[in-house]
Amino acid sequence: MSDSSELKIDITTPDGAELDRGFTGLVKGFALCTVFLLFWMTWVILGAAIPAIQTFGLGFFLSQDWDVGALIFGALPYGYGTLMTSIIALVIGVPIAIAVALVTSETFLPIWVRSPLAALVELIAAIPSVIIGLWGFFVLIPFIDPVQLWIFKVLGWIPLFGTEPTVGQGSIFVAGVILAIMILPTIATISRDVLIAIPTELRSASRALGSTHWETLFRVVLPTAAPGILGAITLGLGRAMGETMAVTLVIGNSPQFTVSLLNLGATIPSVLANQFAEALDTLHIGALMYLALALFGLTLLVNIAAVMIVKTLEQR
Amino acid sequence: MQTTSETNLSLAEDLQADLPIKRQLFSYGMTAIALLLTALALLPLFSILFSIVQQGLPQLSWQTFTTLPSPTGSVGEPDGFGNAIIGTAVMVGMASLISIPVGIMTAIFLAEFSQGSAIAGFVRFVVTILSGVPSIVVGVFAYGVIVLATKEFSALAGSFALAVVMLPIVVLSTESALLLVPTAQKLASAGLGASRFQTTFRVVLASALPGIMTGILLAIARAAGETAPLIFTALFSTSWFDNLLSPTSSLSVLIYNYISLKVLLKNIIWLGQRLWCCSV
Amino acid sequence: MSYSAPNDSGSLYPDAPAAMRVTNLSFSYGTRLVLEGVTMPITQKHVTAIIGPSGCGKSTFIKSLNRIGELETQVQVKGKVEFFGQDIYSPKVNINRLRRQIGMVFQKPNPFTMSIYDNVAYGVRVSGSLPKRALDEVVESALVGAALWDEVKDYLSKSALGLSGGQQQRLCIARALAIKPKVLLMDEPCSALDPIATRKIEELIHSLRSELTIAIVTHNMQQAARISDYTAFFSTDESQIGQMVEFGTTTQIFKEAIDTRTQDYVEGRFG
Ligand SMILES: Nc1ncnc2c1ncn2[C@@H]1O[C@H](COP(=O)(O)OP(=O)(O)OP(=O)(O)O)[C@@H](O)[C@H]1O
Ligand SMILES: [Mg+2]
Repeated sequence: MSDSSELKIDITTPDGAELDRGFTGLVKGFALCTVFLLFWMTWVILGAAIPAIQTFGLGFFLSQDWDVGALIFGALPYGYGTLMTSIIALVIGVPIAIAVALVTSETFLPIWVRSPLAALVELIAAIPSVIIGLWGFFVLIPFIDPVQLWIFKVLGWIPLFGTEPTVGQGSIFVAGVILAIMILPTIATISRDVLIAIPTELRSASRALGSTHWETLFRVVLPTAAPGILGAITLGLGRAMGETMAVTLVIGNSPQFTVSLLNLGATIPSVLANQFAEALDTLHIGALMYLALALFGLTLLVNIAAVMIVKTLEQR
Repeated sequence: MQTTSETNLSLAEDLQADLPIKRQLFSYGMTAIALLLTALALLPLFSILFSIVQQGLPQLSWQTFTTLPSPTGSVGEPDGFGNAIIGTAVMVGMASLISIPVGIMTAIFLAEFSQGSAIAGFVRFVVTILSGVPSIVVGVFAYGVIVLATKEFSALAGSFALAVVMLPIVVLSTESALLLVPTAQKLASAGLGASRFQTTFRVVLASALPGIMTGILLAIARAAGETAPLIFTALFSTSWFDNLLSPTSSLSVLIYNYISLKVLLKNIIWLGQRLWCCSV
Repeated sequence: MSYSAPNDSGSLYPDAPAAMRVTNLSFSYGTRLVLEGVTMPITQKHVTAIIGPSGCGKSTFIKSLNRIGELETQVQVKGKVEFFGQDIYSPKVNINRLRRQIGMVFQKPNPFTMSIYDNVAYGVRVSGSLPKRALDEVVESALVGAALWDEVKDYLSKSALGLSGGQQQRLCIARALAIKPKVLLMDEPCSALDPIATRKIEELIHSLRSELTIAIVTHNMQQAARISDYTAFFSTDESQIGQMVEFGTTTQIFKEAIDTRTQDYVEGRFG
């Protein structure tokens, strides 16, 4: 039983090992660079916001004065605008997005209509937001103005609709509508994937018990898909809060705070877009950085929530 | 005997009976609503496409690609946006130069070298979060890093911002392309004595290449259409691209400025079409 | 565990030297022990079959012989695996060099998404470069060796994915042969193939035996009986840990096994 005598095969020369180790180190290094970016971003924005944070504190978000000349800054109108446009976007966008998700995943239409339909909806997401803003300014505003006037006439006694709309200039409401259009593909596409992933046995079981198609959808399919759809909506919300160009072009950019949605307004991104290029004073820049930090923090939370929702979904 | 035939009869009646009218109405009503809402969702898309084609197509001319914007108010002078095309190309190119290698390397780490480790989970989490950061915040970051430091709006700052926007898109799309390469092929390569480096380059990257290219094109299209990260980093300029450290115009900011000034409706929509075509 | 050494019962060389020698091998995925106390030789220029019920660790065992299991997950190995007298788990070993010496054919054919030629040339290319002419010769002789040359010689630049399942598997064998390994490991190489393709592979194994040491996992008793010289029977104990129950010449294992579990299994009375 002499194994080794006849052959001595070289399996120990470490050729190529350094290359492998170097390459491993390299990709790891780049991956850490990517991670570092997020922390760097936080650090830079926080650092530049510090003058404003020290001057205005948390009261910044409750004060409604924004006077560049006097160096007095308050974020209320922008926070309110961001909040309200996002809410309007969700109220209008979510039902439509879910309808699109159902129509493109269920069997109401033949497959050769459904797939192109889904592709078309995804195409909306490929349009640069400045183009959507351009369309919003020239096409959507003239179209919505009569609707706004009508809302004002009928519901004007509610403070939320209590100001006469400025014709041709847009409003918080118009900005909300634009955002609804922009988050629709995000929510619809992800929800559609979630719906398609639901096992057919589940539907069959419900249909076998005598439920109609829609009864099955409402009682079985949508409840099962709910966490996934919620994740999609959360992602859509994050997108709505941070959207800049389309909103800036149709919201009227007024720093005046009013409750009415039919009035001109501004959001955090829109004021950043409007003022950053001209900001010279450290405190002015600081106030804008403070706003950016708040937006950054909010979208971070919303996106982390979305990731968590999707994670729990995967674990089930 | 009699009872069975009775049951049979009532069963047949039951089977042939229509559903209660309420349940029927609910079904038809909901289908109608869903279809209607879907049509509504597509309305803006068609409206946008229609406006662009109708207003923009007649304005097409070679000159607009090769000349500078004419001074405001002037009539009859050549009018174009050649400088914006070059500016966009330069900045997107620079951004690609940074984000594509870093992004692909990060994706290789995630897909090939991490073996499900906790670090990889964290990196993937951060990249996902990064992809959700609003592009205007990325602009603010680039402003803080480069504009505040150099005291100058510049193509460099714009490129940096666009690179940050592109990076997570490149990482996530490349990773999913790499994960599509079957493990069996990686094992076969290792079984033939290939090192990890060789397996990654000769087998994994080679067969994932089409998917990676798609992801890269997606990222480039996205960067070419971005405005928010450029308005206060690269700013704008009415002259030709000069150097990386001076303000530079771009197609998207050009459109934004035009509307801000509310001038020349037709030209703008036409610009819009160009930009949209370029990026889709 | 009964260990019946190959004896003078047949035409086999009684003292044939071992290409690989496994001593007291235990294998865990993470913290889960799946294989314990395996001791057996892989005899040079013979075919060793590994049989046993599903989940008993046959694939795990064969993957431990060229250290490919550690690519997929964290693994722990105790005991010794020697390849011509050298411990393959020693830290000095260059794992890529080792794998060039010990080829592997997998359960499902797994050609690269490249041309037939590039598939076969792959192993040669990663271990250094050869002039075009020499490479052509290597590719041809590997394809001839895998009994595939006549079928593909006019389509060498076509994608390997266009071949049939059986052809793909022979291509994978050719790819392994091209770098002239000392040992060839095969994990159920015929399980995805029809009887005719299986027959071809079996003939191939038979003809390769004069040059090459082969270890093959199979679920097919007749196949093991037909093609192998030695057989190892693996099974799990009460705590679901795999072990080698019996090793011997194939005739011994199939005709006069000592362990009752082996007898039951080879006679199809298992479970
Ligand atoms: N990558 C892995 N990680 C964790 N456990 C594994 C892994 N691969 C296999 N196992 C476990 O190890 C045990 C042995 O698996 P192995 O694949 O070696 O069995 P096998 O004998 O080849 O079975 P089969 O005949 O079905 O191919 C099984 O219980 C299996 O669940
Ligand atoms: Mg197996």
